[in-house]
Amino acid sequence: MNNTIGKPNLEIFADTLLNEAKKNKNIIVVTSDSRGSGKLVNFGKELPSQLIEVGIAEQNLVAVCAGLSAGGKKVFGVSPASFLTARSLEQIKNDIAYSNRPAVMVGISAGISYGQLGATHHSIHDYATLRTINNMTIVSPADNFEASEVIKQSINYEKPLYIRYGKKPLLNLYSKEQNFKIGKANILKKGSDLVFIATGETVQRAYLSSQLLEKEGIQSTVVSMHTLKPFDKETFLEAILNQKVLISLEEHSVYGGLGEMCASVITQEKININYKILGIPDEYMVNGSQSDVLDHYGMSPEKLTNLAKSMIE
Amino acid sequence: MNINELSIKSIEYRKTLLEIIYNSGAGHTGGSLSCVDILNVLYNDVLGISPDNFDSIERNRYIQSKGHSVEALYTVLCDKGFFSRSELDTLNKFDSHFIGHPTRKVSGIEHNTGALGHGLSVATGIALAYRIDANPFKVFTLLGDGELSEGSVWEACTTANKYQLDNLYVIVDRNNLQITGDTELVNPIEPLNQKFESFGFSVKEINGHDLGALKENLNGTPFEKDKPNLIIANTIKGKGISFMENIVSWHHRVPTEKEYKLAMSELEKELKKYE
Repeated sequence: MNNTIGKPNLEIFADTLLNEAKKNKNIIVVTSDSRGSGKLVNFGKELPSQLIEVGIAEQNLVAVCAGLSAGGKKVFGVSPASFLTARSLEQIKNDIAYSNRPAVMVGISAGISYGQLGATHHSIHDYATLRTINNMTIVSPADNFEASEVIKQSINYEKPLYIRYGKKPLLNLYSKEQNFKIGKANILKKGSDLVFIATGETVQRAYLSSQLLEKEGIQSTVVSMHTLKPFDKETFLEAILNQKVLISLEEHSVYGGLGEMCASVITQEKININYKILGIPDEYMVNGSQSDVLDHYGMSPEKLTNLAKSMIE
Repeated sequence: MNINELSIKSIEYRKTLLEIIYNSGAGHTGGSLSCVDILNVLYNDVLGISPDNFDSIERNRYIQSKGHSVEALYTVLCDKGFFSRSELDTLNKFDSHFIGHPTRKVSGIEHNTGALGHGLSVATGIALAYRIDANPFKVFTLLGDGELSEGSVWEACTTANKYQLDNLYVIVDRNNLQITGDTELVNPIEPLNQKFESFGFSVKEINGHDLGALKENLNGTPFEKDKPNLIIANTIKGKGISFMENIVSWHHRVPTEKEYKLAMSELEKELKKYE
C-alpha cells in the first residue's frame, strides 16, 4: 500500500460495469430512480437500451431482475443498500436466492455512507439478513481494486450475489494487483503481534492503524474478508494461526456480521485468542458523517491502535 | 385441442388434484379447483410448453403467482409429461421436491412462488427480456384475487405499462374468496376493471370456467397494441364439487374419506356425459 487515495467505490463500480456492458449486450442494469446515486447517469446515456428504470419501487426492482435473469439476461439491480436489503428482502430471498437466479444485487451508498440522513438510509443489517438467506453470496469491497474485480467476476458468477458499495474515496490497499477471487479472503500484510480482520470500507482503517503500530514496533496482520459469505475459513485460520490478539471491524451492526462469523469459527475450532468485535452497537446510533460515526465507535486508526496495544499487554 | 377434449381434461384434472390432496393430507383445494380450467387451456391449447422445449427461452412462459394452487399446476404438468404420476404421489412426503408451493426443483416449474405479490414483477422481467431480444413469445401469469392487496402487484403494473408490454398476459383468478372470507369484506379490490385500465392494461372480463372463452382470449394477438393484457377470469372457488363451491373453508381443507368419495362420484358422473 502506498497511501494514495483512490476514487469512491461507487464510481469504480459504475465505470467497470459500463465497460463490461459495452462489450456484452446481454448485461442489463435495473435502477429504482437510483441512477444518480449509483453513478450510472453515463451508463444510461451511453447504453440506454441496457438500462431499465422501474421508479421508486424496490420490491418490483428485485423481482423484475429475477424475471430478466429467467429471460436470459445478466442483470444488475442497483438500489440503495438500505432499501434493497430490507424492503425487498422477501424478493431477494424468494425470487433471487431460492429461485436460484444468478442476478447481481448491488447495494449502493451502503453501511452508514448516508451519514446524517439517518437510520432510514443506513444499512447496518444487510450482512446479517443476507447471511441467513441460503444460496446468497455477499461481497463488500475494501478498495477500488476489489470494487472493480468483483464486477468483472460477477458477470460469470453463476449464483445469486450481493455487492455493497460506499460513496467516499478510499485508500488504495493493493500496491500491486494481487489476486482477487470471490470467496477467497486476502491477507494484505503479515505481522506476528496481532491480527486485524475487516471488510469493506473499514479495511483501510485497520491498515492505517497497522501503520501507526508499526512505528511503535508492533507488527500486525491485516485481512480483507471481502466475501462475507461463503466465509473463507481456511484463510481466516491461516491468518490467526499462533496469534494471541484479534480485532474485527465492520461498518455494520455488531450482531450477525463479520465479527460474529469469526467468533463462531474461533469457538467451534477451540482457538484461544483475545478477541474484540467492533461495529455499530445496539443503540440509537450517534448522528454524523460515515467517518465521524466509525471514529465514534472505536474504529479510528488512533483508537484501534490504543485498543491493539491494550490487548497485547 | 377441441372443447370436448378440453372438457374431459378438466374433469380428469379435478379428479387427480383431489386425489393427491386427499392422499397427501394437505393442499389448497378450493383455489386449485377455481384455476384448473385456466391451466388446462394454457397448457393444452396456448403455451406449447413441453419437457422437450422447457430449457429453451424460445418459448412461451407461465409464472403461477398464486403459488398455493400448486396442486392444479402439478396435475397439469404431470399430464404434460414433466414427471411421472408416481413422482407426483410423493407430494408432501419427507424429502420430496413436490411441496405445497411451486419450486424449480420440480421439472416444468418456471419460478419459485408462494409468497404473494411477486409473480407479476417476475413475469414483467421476462417479458422485458423478450422485448429486448425481439423474442416473439409471450409471458403469462396467474394471480389470485386476494393477492391483489399486495402493493408490489401495482408496482409491477407501472413497469408493464411503461414498457408497453403487450407480450404480457395477466390472468386474475377472480373467485371472490380468500382465506378469511369475501375479498370485498376483507379488503375491497373492486372496481378491478377500472383499476387495471387506469394502470394502462387492456382488460377483458370472462367466465374463467368457459373453456371456449379462455381459448379465444388467451390465444391470438394482444387485445390492444402496446398495452399489457389483463384477463379477469370470473371463477368459483371449489368449482366442480357441489359441496365445495363458494365455501371459504375449502381454501385449504382436505376432504374426509366420505367427502372424497362423494366428490369423485360427482366427477365420474360428469365424465359420463362425455362418453
